[in-house]
Amino acid sequence: MLVERLGNRFKQALQESSDFRGDLSIVVEPDAVVDVARYLRDEEGFDYFLYATAVDWPAREPRFTVVWEVRSLKNKTRIRIKTTAAMPEPHVPTLTDVWPAANWHERETWDLLGIKFDGHPDLRRLLMPQSWEGHPLRKDYVSFGEPVIFSDQKLEGLEPDAIRG
Amino acid sequence: MAETRIAQEPFGPGPAQEPFGPGPTQEPFGPEHESPTDWIELNMGPQHPSTHGVLRVRLKLDGERVRDADPDVGYLHTGFEKSFEEKTYTQGITFSDRMDYLAPPINNVGFVMSVEKLIGVDVPARAQAIRVMMMELARIASHELWLGTAGLDLGVYSGFFYAWRDRELVLDLNESYSGVRMMTSFTRVGGVAWDLPEGWIDQLQRFIDVMPGRIDDFEAMLTDNPIWHQRLQGIGALSAQEAIETGVTGPMLRASGVDYDVRKAFPYAGYEQYDFQVPLGTNGDCFDRYRVRVQEMRESLKILQQVVDTLPAGPWMTTDRKVALPPRSELSTSMESVIHHFRLVSEGFKGPIGDVYAFVESPRGELGFYLVSDGTNKPYRMKVRPPSFCNLQPLKKLVQGVLLADVIAIMGSMDFILGDVDR
Repeated sequence: MLVERLGNRFKQALQESSDFRGDLSIVVEPDAVVDVARYLRDEEGFDYFLYATAVDWPAREPRFTVVWEVRSLKNKTRIRIKTTAAMPEPHVPTLTDVWPAANWHERETWDLLGIKFDGHPDLRRLLMPQSWEGHPLRKDYVSFGEPVIFSDQKLEGLEPDAIRG
Repeated sequence: MAETRIAQEPFGPGPAQEPFGPGPTQEPFGPEHESPTDWIELNMGPQHPSTHGVLRVRLKLDGERVRDADPDVGYLHTGFEKSFEEKTYTQGITFSDRMDYLAPPINNVGFVMSVEKLIGVDVPARAQAIRVMMMELARIASHELWLGTAGLDLGVYSGFFYAWRDRELVLDLNESYSGVRMMTSFTRVGGVAWDLPEGWIDQLQRFIDVMPGRIDDFEAMLTDNPIWHQRLQGIGALSAQEAIETGVTGPMLRASGVDYDVRKAFPYAGYEQYDFQVPLGTNGDCFDRYRVRVQEMRESLKILQQVVDTLPAGPWMTTDRKVALPPRSELSTSMESVIHHFRLVSEGFKGPIGDVYAFVESPRGELGFYLVSDGTNKPYRMKVRPPSFCNLQPLKKLVQGVLLADVIAIMGSMDFILGDVDR
């Protein structure tokens, strides 16, 4: 079993594993992500990178779950590597050294969710303009609607509650 | 496995090797050329016809040769992933087909497959067959459009008209099934929205009968055409190893000889019942990508014929009342059904807590939906893995050292859809 082999090798760094609807996920400590990824690529044949992304859970601590998913073309298996990143400056190691295809996916994750990938060769915004402020896929980013100013309000000091989504 | 072979140089030895001096491996830009007067920066796009959308590529040119490229994407970014989070699962279907607007049925199916996987809904056989037909039609239409526009970029003007004439047949089929030519939104969680209308199968059969000849016409025009060969052969080549490393997918991956097609490797929607082959290339250059796509159209026609021959009867929507609307006939007699109908339409259904990844083979490669659910009636997070995005990523690497005109050929052969890249 892949999870057992990972558990024997990485001990406490492998925090959790789950098999939901046939999708295998492992949760790894941020510091061990690169080692686990390298092991998965070299020893277990996970050669094909699928995507990287993150999920924002504002009520949780640490707040972000960062997700990479890779596939072994030969064995026809998939594994989802998850780790966490905490506010105020969420950051995780990059996996571009292991799978070069992660480059744009991690750039997109930085752009839309504000996760810094330490060691990424070209961490610029990808989809939003370079001058954009904020990270749109965070849950506290209001996606649409415009500020409505009522007669008893002033523009200065406008509370976010006045922004009707 | 059918293997696409390149014609053995039917028109003599072909283009001279490197008629324009040393190629990219010679590193023509030594340190003595580092002065900024030796190169210019050219802005290709965002409104360039060969980008087929809104893509800007910053090219660093030394004469006619491309020294470096920096693709700038995001001009069509509309925040679909954020929008998914604000709509119920059924409402989200209409977002999915607007991403890759040249193969909407495949996006529809991929999206509902992720929800079906999360909730655990079985789809009836007839609905699966209808989905397969719509998806294969979309694949043919998308490849037709690609043939037309990629040819147009390289000067094959007449091909464009033929391709669009044939694509129109698919759009007619879309229209008579779903009422819409492009944004079909025909899937529902647990099946499809409607049964096939009367006469649709006959219309499809006429299409299946006429298309092989049309593809032959195209091949007669292009496959042995010396100009087409010279423009495409050996241009933008990716080896199998490089293709896997750079994460390209779909016809680009298969043109490099990697035998990976989601329909074969992880059959979904009943593809395991149908007999078809996965065309593979050998060199991974632009010409192989062309051959792979043309062969794929023929394979799609084979699949379509098999579906028509074996089309199962029965329901086209699951009977699982957790996701399926009550039948119309019950609404006039049962108050509970009316309430149930209202709840499903207004509030929708809820999924369990968890995250799943479902993926389909779009004309551009593996299209995946990573769905995170927190137990409500909306996706908590919906990450789309767009194939065009993955195919566009190696552009920087592919165009280094080629001639400016070859950039057009390479970008054409990649077949990216900017709506899919930017979402």
